[in-house]
Amino acid sequence: MIAEAGLAALWLAAALALLQFALACTGNRLGELRALISPVAVAQGLLAVFSFAMLVWLFVRTDTSVALVVSSSHSDKPWIYRVTGTWGNHEGSMLLWVMVLAAAGALLALIERSLRPETLRATLGAQALLALGFFAFLLLASNPFARLNPAPPQGEGLNPLLQDPGLAFHPPTLYLGYVGLSVAFSLAVGALVTREVGPSLARAMRPWVLGSWVLLTIGITAGSYWAYYELGWGGWWFWDPVENASLMPWLAATALLHSVNVLAARGSLRAWTIMLAVIAFSMSMIGTFLVRSGILTSVHSFAVDPTRGAWILALLIFYTGGALLLFFLRASTVREGAQFEPVSREGALVANNLILSVILGTVFVGTLYPVAAEALTGEKISVGPPYFNLVTGPLVLILAALLFIGPLLRWRRDSRPNLKRIALPAIVTLIAFALTFLAAEISLLARLGLAFAAGLALASFLPLAGRKLLRTPLTIWGMVVSHLGIALAMAGAAADASLTREVLHAARPGEVLKVGPWQVRFSGVDPVAGPNWTAVEGHLVATRGERAIRLDPQSRFFYSPPTETNEAAITTAWDGQLYTVIGSREGDRWQLRLWWKPMVTLIWLGGALIALGGLMALLGRARRERRRTSPAFAEQPA
Amino acid sequence: MNRKLWLALPLIVFAAFVLAVGWRLSEPSDPTVRSRLVGEKVPAFALAPMLPGRPGLASADFAKGGPRLLNLFGSWCVPCIAEAPALLELEKRGVPIDAIALRDTPEDVARFLADHGDPFAAIGNDPVGEAKIALGSSGVPETFIVDRKGVIRFQHIGPIMPQDLARIMAEWEKVR
Repeated sequence: MIAEAGLAALWLAAALALLQFALACTGNRLGELRALISPVAVAQGLLAVFSFAMLVWLFVRTDTSVALVVSSSHSDKPWIYRVTGTWGNHEGSMLLWVMVLAAAGALLALIERSLRPETLRATLGAQALLALGFFAFLLLASNPFARLNPAPPQGEGLNPLLQDPGLAFHPPTLYLGYVGLSVAFSLAVGALVTREVGPSLARAMRPWVLGSWVLLTIGITAGSYWAYYELGWGGWWFWDPVENASLMPWLAATALLHSVNVLAARGSLRAWTIMLAVIAFSMSMIGTFLVRSGILTSVHSFAVDPTRGAWILALLIFYTGGALLLFFLRASTVREGAQFEPVSREGALVANNLILSVILGTVFVGTLYPVAAEALTGEKISVGPPYFNLVTGPLVLILAALLFIGPLLRWRRDSRPNLKRIALPAIVTLIAFALTFLAAEISLLARLGLAFAAGLALASFLPLAGRKLLRTPLTIWGMVVSHLGIALAMAGAAADASLTREVLHAARPGEVLKVGPWQVRFSGVDPVAGPNWTAVEGHLVATRGERAIRLDPQSRFFYSPPTETNEAAITTAWDGQLYTVIGSREGDRWQLRLWWKPMVTLIWLGGALIALGGLMALLGRARRERRRTSPAFAEQPA
Repeated sequence: MNRKLWLALPLIVFAAFVLAVGWRLSEPSDPTVRSRLVGEKVPAFALAPMLPGRPGLASADFAKGGPRLLNLFGSWCVPCIAEAPALLELEKRGVPIDAIALRDTPEDVARFLADHGDPFAAIGNDPVGEAKIALGSSGVPETFIVDRKGVIRFQHIGPIMPQDLARIMAEWEKVR
């Protein structure tokens, strides 16, 4: 009954989405009935949430009469992993996707007050159309509630890799971010339809962009740390197609988040903001498509199916193609916004947007180039970190340099920007650059990265100068915290690329290895067994001055499927991390791989600060928006 | 460029993207990475016999005595156990198979063959992996089809599972 209730709710939600779309299309003929669209959107959202809750319940109960539960769960799993198992498979994750899509539409219908009613209706219509496609995909091609008859006694899935808190919550965080951008997409489409492209649209769009951006930032940061400690390769970003698939919407959302501010404050960058909103959500769909279709070979390609790929591609063509066509037809009718001089806050934000777009284009081309090259020449090639690092590195440096001055400029026109204010950060940058020459053999890019990071860490506080700190709006604080996060992440990345010390040695028990400031003594190995693996565990004692730390890296062998993984043992000091991996045996010696990574933790600390800043800005905006709309709201009859 | 063209730019880029991935979807990629050695002569190596009283293996052997399979294995390698039945089946169908035992000892190899069957005509001893590296092999098990002139015609990476037999036999028919 639970499965049938879930399925019925899903069909009903799809029917309501159709009704919602129809209500948006009928225009003024319906008169007062048009206002029904908001309650319909709310009902559709509730039904989708109910349907998803039913699926979670089935997983918690391990109902083996449901095919999906059988193929991806097991009653021996801890209950928390039975819950997270709900979205650890294709059907469940698509239901999560459409649930968030419908719930976001419902929330928009409930809270949105700055738009004209017809624009809100058009937006809800676009959101309903989006949801319809994904409902169809679920109901016609990937029903999560399909029954099995007869029911097997036990589920078969016990994927050990997914039993990790990092991996259990990383996909839904990214999904929430991806799908949150759908509202920005629908708002852009709605505004193009009713030609209401202006500050009111930007104010409606801003919280959705900020919220999605915060979630994407958290998801990417957490994913990067997971790859760092779980894969045992010592790296934190591999330019893998699936990583790029999450980075591209983030880059687009970052650009959008800045341009939407220009539109809200000054009414400029109208067509550009609309296009970014379309592109940001399109990048989310492209990301999902790349992951699900197996188009690109990647470490993540375990959920591959060409028919699903064809479905998502069809949806992508319809939505992105349709929105871009609408943009092409309507954008020339969008009024030009307020003018501004090149040297102004707007000018700096335009530069920020252009650079972010170039980075986005670079990642997009690099990710898809292998496919295009094989289509045209038949040759198989792969594009790796050298390309991405070489091209994006200098662009990020320019962005960082822009961050020194950009937030200090005035709107519209800053004829005499006060360059004295950035004198101190500039001096810090120069000193830091000189200091990098204490370490030999660092690439110029890494030297500049460290230097600009040091300067930016100081410069990011400049917008607070001369303000009363407690009375400074939360949005300014958010910007400061995020920009500081950028500086920290940059410092961590540059330090990891340049100051890391690495030792690869086949060690006998009793040997002492030196890496960076650490003495690491290898005392031997022991066999260890887990539920579905056996491992060789190395015993290391790392000392540095007075401190002695035990580290036990493992080399694990899983039986089914037979795989070998490295469980790195990591210790975090105030100034970096010691990362140890044990490899295979060579006679009486064991391969040890040790890294001393100074400042590497700054990468994820920076990521967390970037997200925190976004959250602060979101809260600040919400507070300000409530103050702005509350008198108007009081006038409206409920 | 005029404004209309700029506005169409995202649409054009998107169309190119759709064409590229649509082509890829309709023509799924062959995920196997082919060794550069396919189409080349077996690289030079000369390995001592692994087992007393049985022949060893040198690349010169491949130019005489007809086409055959070359299998890389190790008694310590679990997937090699998985492919043992397939190799026996190939031998039963009349495919001669030579082998290279990687980083192994005669005792272990003898025990492995006693436990899992012995389809091999000759077994070379490759204690340091020189032949493996010369062949451009990433690991064991790995199997090559070598034609009568000693030229590598096909490479199979990983264990030969029952579902791979048809493909291997088809490739084998081409070189016979």
